Amino acid sequence: MEATNLKRSRLTDLCSVIVAALLLIYPLVLSRFYSALMIEILTMGLFALSFNLMFGYAGMLSFGQATFYGIGAYTTALFLKYIAPSLALAMLSCMAVSFVAAVLIGSICVRFTKTYFIMLTVAFGEIFYYIGNSWVSLTGGDDGLVGIPISRIAIPGLPAIDLQDIRVYYYFTLLVVAIAAFVLRVIVASRFGYVLRAIRENRDRAEFLGLNIRRHLLLCYAIAGLFAGLAGALTVPFEGMVSLETLHFTKSADPIIMSVLGGTRFFLGPLVGAALFILTKDTIQNLAELWMLWMGIIFVAIVLFLPGGVVGFIASLGGFRHRTSENVEKNEGTKSSEYTGDQEPL
Amino acid sequence: MNILETKNLYKSFGALTAVGDVTLKVEEGALVSVIGPNGAGKTTLFNLISGKYMPDKGAVFLRGENITGFPAHMLVKKGLGRSFQITNIFPELTVRTNVCVALSARLKKSFDCLHSLGASRDILKEADSIIESVGLSEYRDYKGSALSHGDRKLLEFGLVLAIKPVVMLLDEPTCGMNQEETNNTVRLIKEITKERNITVILTEHDIDLVFSISDRIAVLDQGLLIAEGTPGEIRTNDLVKKAYLGADA
Repeated sequence: MEATNLKRSRLTDLCSVIVAALLLIYPLVLSRFYSALMIEILTMGLFALSFNLMFGYAGMLSFGQATFYGIGAYTTALFLKYIAPSLALAMLSCMAVSFVAAVLIGSICVRFTKTYFIMLTVAFGEIFYYIGNSWVSLTGGDDGLVGIPISRIAIPGLPAIDLQDIRVYYYFTLLVVAIAAFVLRVIVASRFGYVLRAIRENRDRAEFLGLNIRRHLLLCYAIAGLFAGLAGALTVPFEGMVSLETLHFTKSADPIIMSVLGGTRFFLGPLVGAALFILTKDTIQNLAELWMLWMGIIFVAIVLFLPGGVVGFIASLGGFRHRTSENVEKNEGTKSSEYTGDQEPL
Repeated sequence: MNILETKNLYKSFGALTAVGDVTLKVEEGALVSVIGPNGAGKTTLFNLISGKYMPDKGAVFLRGENITGFPAHMLVKKGLGRSFQITNIFPELTVRTNVCVALSARLKKSFDCLHSLGASRDILKEADSIIESVGLSEYRDYKGSALSHGDRKLLEFGLVLAIKPVVMLLDEPTCGMNQEETNNTVRLIKEITKERNITVILTEHDIDLVFSISDRIAVLDQGLLIAEGTPGEIRTNDLVKKAYLGADA
């Protein structure tokens, strides 16, 4: 068993290296169009990862994650336009604003569970959509926020980085998303991450272990809001504007579909789901007009036949422990010296 | 000294009086069994003590402090632990992770976003010793859902032990077990709690067992406390006989 585990982990390592290498050489080989596509995948992937921190780990189904995605995008754009044309500062302030907004909204939402929680997240989403639509002087309303200056990033001693270049922007996005994903990975593997899983599994028991459920869920909600905001921020230099659509209800549905497609019980599931969603959308859009219809059919098929999502399916093929399968419930091979929590390979 | 005390606890659901005027005093270190026919109000009494329900009237005191209406997480901090009639564990997490989560809660490390569960050797050691004391070492790396019904009950007992309570409420800790499992489990509970000087209040359906292990027994019938005393006193109590065997006894 030890040997197979070792082989498996080597296989995973090898796969990670290959994926990293492909991501790095990708824009050099393929055309600008594909760089743009990959930027969209990475951005939406981060958005979906933030959603899944709540849904997959803490069991909170939010239908209003676009609120923070939109807040992030608008904050970044407004900062660049009216305060200072520094993308780094704009992104930092965007994360702070998204975090604070998520704390405020979350402190109301986490008081409720199930349908009530979901409906509240929808309601807040609608409120912010309404604000975005009607506060025209600030947000540009229906026309979106345009005329956002994107300056070069100047690091002393190095040539200035021109983010208007799509390939450069691809690397910038890759770096930001990689760091954000790493931070999220540390969080889900931490004690707090396991406390969230425990709350998801059994709220009553968790509470009778002395855990203040609301505070834990609120922190989770706020972290998710922060990273959704960061994902929103990444769209600004890329698109050169913020459209009202970033706050729309359908934008909140995207990370849900992506997470379920990829597999909510796997850390990388939402990222893989984002890639599948956007690539499928892109392919079908070229072939058929009613792409949403086909997307819907694919989504239903995945829910029915691959309940663990695509990553769950691959993991079960590869002999990895599949969290929902019944015949492999034991976590073997974790020596006490290496114990970090339950084994979750992906 | 009375570690736990209820004063005139009263709770009704519509026209039904689930618990009516129950005053109960529990001495430190004692093992007290609450018995009574189905629907006597045992679980409701537990839910009132553990803050799951708010009593209509009356109060609960833990070490002299009025804890009525405290939220569950506060009660745990005051030293009250409980298990549930329907087993409550974290089924998708392994036995060890279950216990580590409980320890993280007690050690106020539940907001730690940086360190993994295994980062502290002391926590791991304590988790393993708890798992060993409830006899689940063999299943340490199994998911909760893979355990047998009886083992899940033991794991839940382990979770309650992990939060180091001074008073433990165990609602039917042997529910659904066969005779042998029931005997073993109850003896294990008694042994561990005596060793750690934990006061135990439990409900149990096996009357013979209740009489053999309890320091004191409280008998509920239709929401009322009809008798309270040592097993010897309860055995000879006429009201108890009547409640259990009907009016003819």
